[in-house]
Amino acid sequence: MTTNYATAQRREKLLDYAVTTLLSFGLLVVLIVVWQIVMSLGLLPTYLIPTPAATAQAIWHDLIDPQFWTGQLLQTLYVVVVGFVIAAVMGILIGPLLIVHPLVERSVYPFVVAFQAMPKIAMAPLILVWFGYGHTSKFLITALVAFFPVVVNVIAGLKAGDERQLILMRALRAGWWTRMIRVRIPNALPYIFAGLDIAAVFAVIGAVVAEFLGSPNGLGSLVIIRQTNVDTPGLFSVLFFLAAMGSALHFLINAVARKFTFWSQSADTKVAKR
Amino acid sequence: MTEAYATDAAVTQSSRDRIPLISVNGVSKSYETRRGEKVLAIGEVNLHLGEEEFVSLIGPSGCGKSTLLHVASGLLKPTTGEVLVRGESRPIRAEEFGMVFQDAVLFPWLTIRQNIEMPAQVLRIPKSVYRPRSAELLELVGLGKFGDMYPRELSGGMQQRASIARSLIHDPQLLLMDEPFGAVDAITRETLNIELQRIRTVARKSVLFVTHSIAEAVFLSDRVVIMSSRPSQIRSVIDIDLPANRGPELIESPEFNNIVRKVHRELGRHDH
Repeated sequence: MTTNYATAQRREKLLDYAVTTLLSFGLLVVLIVVWQIVMSLGLLPTYLIPTPAATAQAIWHDLIDPQFWTGQLLQTLYVVVVGFVIAAVMGILIGPLLIVHPLVERSVYPFVVAFQAMPKIAMAPLILVWFGYGHTSKFLITALVAFFPVVVNVIAGLKAGDERQLILMRALRAGWWTRMIRVRIPNALPYIFAGLDIAAVFAVIGAVVAEFLGSPNGLGSLVIIRQTNVDTPGLFSVLFFLAAMGSALHFLINAVARKFTFWSQSADTKVAKR
Repeated sequence: MTEAYATDAAVTQSSRDRIPLISVNGVSKSYETRRGEKVLAIGEVNLHLGEEEFVSLIGPSGCGKSTLLHVASGLLKPTTGEVLVRGESRPIRAEEFGMVFQDAVLFPWLTIRQNIEMPAQVLRIPKSVYRPRSAELLELVGLGKFGDMYPRELSGGMQQRASIARSLIHDPQLLLMDEPFGAVDAITRETLNIELQRIRTVARKSVLFVTHSIAEAVFLSDRVVIMSSRPSQIRSVIDIDLPANRGPELIESPEFNNIVRKVHRELGRHDH
């Protein structure tokens, strides 16, 4: 009985997936067709908005260019990944420290809020002044931008969950560490993964901004170069690859998240205010 | 399982027959509000719970039933008075009691079996001891086939059965139950009452049981303690003179309904 039900459910899920994929693809086709129609009507000059064909050509050109991969895309990906990992590790380590005691939390939280309210991007020039135009600065800018979504979600996650789960642990005379491992951290996981998801997107923003400000390579610097050349198809191509990179990170994190938070029915909605 | 519990109980009965498992002596608990006013949650309560005795606490909302339960568990310190465990002035040990809440409060990331075994792991009971016991308890609460499922795959009533099994995994002598069936529908509630009656007879546990339902209290208890609010105190204690083995047919009987009416009158008398 249960197996039949499970297969039926799986089939329904698969069908659902096929339909959504088909619809997404259809939407893409419609968008490209509309784009092409608008362009062929000659309403917009092609040096401002390239045609779909020119854009596709630019994307293809970048795709088969080894220099584009080694000099630009992988450079940016490297900065994104290192910055993201720094942000994730720091957020996950510092978050619990901030709420280890109510007194610490109350005294530190105003600083967290103030720092969070400040656009971290504005600190990028300062970091360049401090650490120069090397990888260190790029990593730090990226990590700084990606850090807050992680730490805020770690804090929110560690405070989440049913208070009675903790009463139960106290009834078992479980110590701080046991309560942390058995109750607080599992409850926090959906929040932490939601934070990491946002952080990945923020890391891409941070890396591109860092590369804007004077870097010999990376997609951010490529944007500046192509802007100077008014190479709009080339700019569209960079945007395409940035979107692809962000999406890939998002799907990767969600795939990992599903392994750990399968039990949480609304993992996606568990996002602390940014 | 029955045999294991029986030998345990025989030992306890011979050595500590007369000493109550839990004695609540002159316990009161007051809180201070933010404005500094003192609020009395419970005032001067005396209560004794014997070995294998089932005592229900019943009364209007805010009469301090749950507070009393938490004082008994050692989670709350009384403002005055003391709680004796087997005649000794000491807090109850984690091994000695199990807790059941109004909702199951299961961990959604653990399977039903893992949830049931969790207290045993926290208390560092060897796996060779708790693994067979969790299997027995799953059978006892009628969840034999559901051990590997996750809580959200089970109905509220089944989840509550799992939480009862969890409260029994470390074989405590005492169960503290805080309105355990308050959140399930009336039909499930009746079934669970009959099951709990059977479980506690088989497992030979002492139970301190908080409830809003008079019928439930009468059906399950050896004694019903009627509490009143403002001031929160014990107003009367009614001995339930019904046979130890109680089945669903008892609910129809005139004796049962006589006692229910009696408790009802007692509660009503103090309410206005």
